Amino acid sequence: MERLNRRDAALGLIFFLIGAAFAVGSRSAEIGTAFRMGPGYFPLLLSFLLMLLGAILIAGSFKGENESFGQVPSWRGILLVLAAPVTFGLTVRKLGLAPAIVLSAILSVYASRRSNIWLAGALALGLTLFCLAVFSYGLRLPLPLFGPWLRF
Amino acid sequence: MEIFSHLSLGFATAFEPVNILYCFLGVLVGTLIGVLPGIGPTATIAMLLPITFTLNPATSLIMLAGIYYGAQYGGSTTAILINLPGESSSAVTAIDGYQMARQGRAGPALATAALGSFFAGTVATVLIALFAPPLTRLALKFGPAEYFSLMLLGLVTSIALAHGSVLKAIAMIVLGLLLGLVGTDIYTGTPRFTFGLLELADGLNFVAVAVGVFGVAEILRNLENETDRDVVIKKVSNLWPSREDFKAIVAPVFRGTALGAILGILPGGGAILSSFAAYSIEKRLSNNPKRFGKGAIEGVAAPESANNAGAQTSFIPMLTLGIPANPVMALMIGAMIIQGITPGPNVATDEPELFWGVIASMWLGNLMLVLLNLPLIGLWVRLLTIPYYVLFPAILVFSAIGVYSVNSNAFDLFTVAVFGALSYVLIKLGGEPAPLLLGFVLGPMLEENLRRAMIISRGDPTVFLTRPLSAALILLAMAVLVIVLLPSVAKKREEVFVEEV
Repeated sequence: MERLNRRDAALGLIFFLIGAAFAVGSRSAEIGTAFRMGPGYFPLLLSFLLMLLGAILIAGSFKGENESFGQVPSWRGILLVLAAPVTFGLTVRKLGLAPAIVLSAILSVYASRRSNIWLAGALALGLTLFCLAVFSYGLRLPLPLFGPWLRF
Repeated sequence: MEIFSHLSLGFATAFEPVNILYCFLGVLVGTLIGVLPGIGPTATIAMLLPITFTLNPATSLIMLAGIYYGAQYGGSTTAILINLPGESSSAVTAIDGYQMARQGRAGPALATAALGSFFAGTVATVLIALFAPPLTRLALKFGPAEYFSLMLLGLVTSIALAHGSVLKAIAMIVLGLLLGLVGTDIYTGTPRFTFGLLELADGLNFVAVAVGVFGVAEILRNLENETDRDVVIKKVSNLWPSREDFKAIVAPVFRGTALGAILGILPGGGAILSSFAAYSIEKRLSNNPKRFGKGAIEGVAAPESANNAGAQTSFIPMLTLGIPANPVMALMIGAMIIQGITPGPNVATDEPELFWGVIASMWLGNLMLVLLNLPLIGLWVRLLTIPYYVLFPAILVFSAIGVYSVNSNAFDLFTVAVFGALSYVLIKLGGEPAPLLLGFVLGPMLEENLRRAMIISRGDPTVFLTRPLSAALILLAMAVLVIVLLPSVAKKREEVFVEEV
């Protein structure tokens, strides 16, 4: 398999699988005719096209050069970068804007290999103050600073 | 003369104190993010969308537009000084601009970029004012078939812009189109691909997808290899170009402006394409092409004028047809819809103050940029010393607040994470995010117009070729596709994009 281009093969496979998933999903909607297209017509057309393009990519990958995927961030980094916005979304209503900012700021700081507790503290404080000044006082975003879980 | 009354209305709007203030804020933020690598106008505008809720429509569009063309300016500053294009449209500028800086001619290079951009911006403002009304009238004649063909042309053009394989770019567009179709079907009310989730009934939130694709994925890419950026900049002295420099740049600036203004109108085209095209034309026209790549001032003047002209004329399809030429324009349309304005040919007649105010503000903004950029170069460059590990947590937090405030919906933040992860994987494998996002934006409109056109024609697909306007657009799209696929052009295209890296 030395001549397999793994990047192309992987991308082709992703396209093919997503296309197949959409094709299956389209079938639950009415397809209709070219004259009166149902809600499934255009998506089904596109799904087949995506599967075809994926298949062509896979076919072409067998006579390619093997390319490396290159560097990737640490798993911790990837997970924390993705977790930061989700955490914000899950906590902003219950804990309030200020704690949600603090939490997501700390999570994202630790995504970097250069994080340390001082940086996390300083950034969390600075970002919270800045965001509250801009979004709460400046723009009057209707989000409570502290939510129901923190009211006594 | 209609144009003068339009422009005077526009300038009256643009010169209202509140609009001057927000125009200034827009170009300031734009320059800032243009200078900083790792954050572009798409993610910024998505983050700042909530700010516009409290402003009136004209003011908010003036500010968002300022961010967009301000970023083009900022991007060229870093391209010239440290060979690091802040935005992809200034990638070509780095080739000769950085060489000039190394020869101690950073000042003239920066001044050329700024003056060329200002000239292009001025001309583009006048061109928009001249051509927007007739195009609006033309747009009123557009039926579903024409809309469909125009969007097809836009999608094909965005393939031409993709860096890598054409096949991958097409697949990314198709994937984007499919993702855009998620949600309730407008004709029958059938939910599609929603997994029964109520949050998906209105489709995926565009702001969340844009932040994921352009914000989060970009952060992941930057975290791959955390090294210190060495920023050693000599003090920039003698800013003003010499008399010979001026002579050398006049023609390239004109050519770049013309090219940029034309390519910018094409949906999907815009700033990036025009700067590449302008550079290769100058290289071809030059008596001494060998100078290019070694600090030729024409290689700075032409692409900088072109990308600014293109950035501005790309507002034309948005303002006259309601079709976004790029993801930034899609966000502007989003901002208009939030404000209760339906984008399309009626904006010019129903909201003349908004329409002409935004156009006039572009000239004002360009003037501010020249005044802001040249004297403050040192300050902007110092921004580059902000380490990335401080910058990206701030970007993430702002994005989270921005996305949440659009719908007050935690689901949208899952969307951010999912699309951040997905597009990071796709980028790693050679799939580009810009065609995906354009497909996502155009998906629902493309389907709606296809279905309408087919109903009107009673199921006859030749309708796209029998209506003259539609046929012309389809032919143009085919021509672009053929040109991209021609072996000789394909090879050239690879060379151009290799040069960029």
